[in-house]
Amino acid sequence: MQLKTSNQSVLQKIAPFIGLFLIMSIITILNPDFISVSNLMNVLRQVSINALIAFGMTFVILTGGIDLSVGSTLALTGAVTAGLMASGVDPIFAMLLGLLLGAVLGAINGIIIAKGKVAPFIATLATMTIYRGLTLVYTDGRPISGLGDSLTFQMLGKGYFLGIPIPVVTMIISFAILYFILKKTTFGRRVYAVGGNEEASILSGINADRIKIYVYSLLGLLAAVASLILTSRLNSAQPTAGEMFELDAIAAVVLGGTSLTGGRGWIVGTLIGALIIGVLNNGLNLIGVTSFFQQVVKGAVILLAVLLDRKKTT
Amino acid sequence: MIKMADISKSFSGNKVLKNVHFTLEKGEIHALMGENGAGKSTLMKVMSGIYTRDSGTIEVKGKKVNFTSPKQAEKAGIAVIHQELNILPHLSISDNLFLGREETFGRTGILKNKQMEKKTRQILLDLGLDINPTDPASSLSVGKQQIVEIAKALSVDAEVIIMDEPTAALTDREIDNLFKTIRALQKRGVSFIYISHRMEEIFSLCDRITILRDGEFVGERKISETSFDEVVQMMVGRELGERYPERNSTIGDIKLAVKDLNRTGCFEGVSFELRKGEVLSIAGLMGAGRTEVAQSLFGYKKLDSGTIEFDGKKVNIDTPKKAKEMGIGYVTEDRKSEGLVVDFSVEENVSMTNYAAISKNGLISKDKERKLYDTMVQRLGIRTSGPDQAAKSLSGGNQQKVVIAKWLGIEPKLLILDEPTRGVDVGAKKEIYSIINELAERGVAILMISSELPEVLGMADRVLVMHEGKITADIPKHEMTQERIMHFATGGGKLAVEDQ
Ligand SMILES: Nc1ncnc2c1ncn2[C@@H]1O[C@H](COP(=O)(O)OP(=O)(O)OP(=O)(O)O)[C@@H](O)[C@H]1O
Ligand SMILES: [Mg+2]
Repeated sequence: MQLKTSNQSVLQKIAPFIGLFLIMSIITILNPDFISVSNLMNVLRQVSINALIAFGMTFVILTGGIDLSVGSTLALTGAVTAGLMASGVDPIFAMLLGLLLGAVLGAINGIIIAKGKVAPFIATLATMTIYRGLTLVYTDGRPISGLGDSLTFQMLGKGYFLGIPIPVVTMIISFAILYFILKKTTFGRRVYAVGGNEEASILSGINADRIKIYVYSLLGLLAAVASLILTSRLNSAQPTAGEMFELDAIAAVVLGGTSLTGGRGWIVGTLIGALIIGVLNNGLNLIGVTSFFQQVVKGAVILLAVLLDRKKTT
Repeated sequence: MIKMADISKSFSGNKVLKNVHFTLEKGEIHALMGENGAGKSTLMKVMSGIYTRDSGTIEVKGKKVNFTSPKQAEKAGIAVIHQELNILPHLSISDNLFLGREETFGRTGILKNKQMEKKTRQILLDLGLDINPTDPASSLSVGKQQIVEIAKALSVDAEVIIMDEPTAALTDREIDNLFKTIRALQKRGVSFIYISHRMEEIFSLCDRITILRDGEFVGERKISETSFDEVVQMMVGRELGERYPERNSTIGDIKLAVKDLNRTGCFEGVSFELRKGEVLSIAGLMGAGRTEVAQSLFGYKKLDSGTIEFDGKKVNIDTPKKAKEMGIGYVTEDRKSEGLVVDFSVEENVSMTNYAAISKNGLISKDKERKLYDTMVQRLGIRTSGPDQAAKSLSGGNQQKVVIAKWLGIEPKLLILDEPTRGVDVGAKKEIYSIINELAERGVAILMISSELPEVLGMADRVLVMHEGKITADIPKHEMTQERIMHFATGGGKLAVEDQ
């Protein structure tokens, strides 16, 4: 089972759960309002965008890569989709184009990294700037609004299904699919293999370049999904959307116990990691910590988690 | 010198050492033998403080010790050359040699680079290796890296040097130089613990031998008072018989014909034919270009020119994936960096080459995967605690079997084996030979690169000898002798290596 693929001790696996439980307990003690159903729904909805990106980031990090350009990808796909909708293109068609664009932007990252042999950090640092620049060019630096009242589009960010916010439903469905892919498919196994030992993978007849292009493309696609949710919620596309999103996503992956060197980790951890970040954001607000100080606490929690993780592995 | 008594050690409930005894006298070369997974490396790691023992005592020079780190053991005069290489590839050779004990101007922390480079050069020359100490370690072949490791241990003025399969990646000439150095140090009173699966080496070098089986102490003998057969018997617990099993294969049509293969800086003008059911060996010194030829045939390294015909058809093999789809398997030389994903379980490693067979529409079938694992573990006699054991915690020889298992699954038509029995025990070697024979009998064409001449003589139908990137001889079975092969391997000049 998954426990084996990622080759972590059981303790390492449950650590993120314990962390989440502890943080939630402390916040509840300090402010019982936190644990109300409506607030928890709220947390989940806030988490969904980061979680979607972090799921994709998990694949990328498992292959031993990293993607700093996701925030810019999100902004550019959001802007283009909104631009198309504002100019009267059929909303469904516009959204599909947006998703396609996300996948393509990701694939470009993958191709630069796999075929151009550029270090992922550098490659995506460059495309981060390029994609952001393109967004600013396209939007002329101004938000795009007047997106019409397509029900599908409006539902995406603001709707409910059986009382659960649609973004949360989207997150859960994506999670289930991606979990299945990692655990049960040859593609998932190859992702681990390439991250675990690229040379041995190639010598086993695995097309490592293709796997890499696919994972970046998948991440781009998920960033586009997140961008649709965000655009729908705000009813507009912001040229500055998604700034620093890459860091929250990476933090969620790391909090979940996935190794930055690749080959080891699991997506369940990432979900928990994203929840930890979301709970902190929401909970710190509730207990009245100033937004400036919140950043200090968030950073400290990430550091603590990683330090504890190192302790256990060595 | 060293006395270990009643040593026990288990890993997550799995008892790997059971009340093992071991004594080392001053100035002796003491062999430690046992099958793969018998616990040799573990015992040495317990001695040098890498693992903590569950029970038992260790005395060094009459004093009880409790090393908790290799550094402490080194301070007590015990140096270890581990089975797995510990070279930092981006550092220079001299930096690697002096890592952790750099020579500086007083306590300033400023390095005496020139001096260290000079010393490095000298130490390596003594071991017969003429290289530039400022080159990055990654520019060296595995064999040469191994020599750097040995040099590292030799240069700390240790009183006890533990060598865990130091010669697995060395050629005969390098081994000769190593033995000369060992004997010279022995005269100065240095003691050695020497782990190896090569019987000839043990009997020519060592004074005494301790044998382990399944983590238990089986016995200790003076080399002068024992024999190959007795040692093998003690190791495997039964008679083993012939070292090279009989093969009844009929050599068929030409499977692979290569002509004028060139790769600048690696090899040139390589032409040969390989037939179905034939075992063709490539012998030569380390760095002769044998591995590069194999990698090019497998599509891992690009050819500059030359043609490859497979089943009489001209083919262009540019990726390992394509090679695999054509039915070519490649058991790589270096199992850790090229053969295994060490974090993967044994089962997942075996599956790596066989996704097509164990999946449908991209979905892995757990049943099929487990069946493949079961078949392979049985066929190769791999010792694991189960399919989920991580490959990195297998003993060296069993790791090698996993790499072979990966390729048996694809039912290859042509199997390239690069040093297939490196670090494998006598019993398992025989099993691997039997598997090679079985494949050959079924008409599989075998290309076997080997630096172990007895193995080449025992297994090959024909041997190609390479020297500095060129094929210098093509010798059929009935004309093969160790001297002839060495003669051509060293460039065809004088007969460079004396008889064993
Ligand atoms: N860190 C570890 N965790 C779990 N099991 C281990 C670990 N290290 C060794 N083992 C197990 O202990 C046993 C003995 O291993 P060891 O490496 O000492 O064998 P060895 O005698 O050196 O074999 P070889 O000749 O193949 O090198 C093996 O079954 C191995 O799987
Ligand atoms: Mg060993």
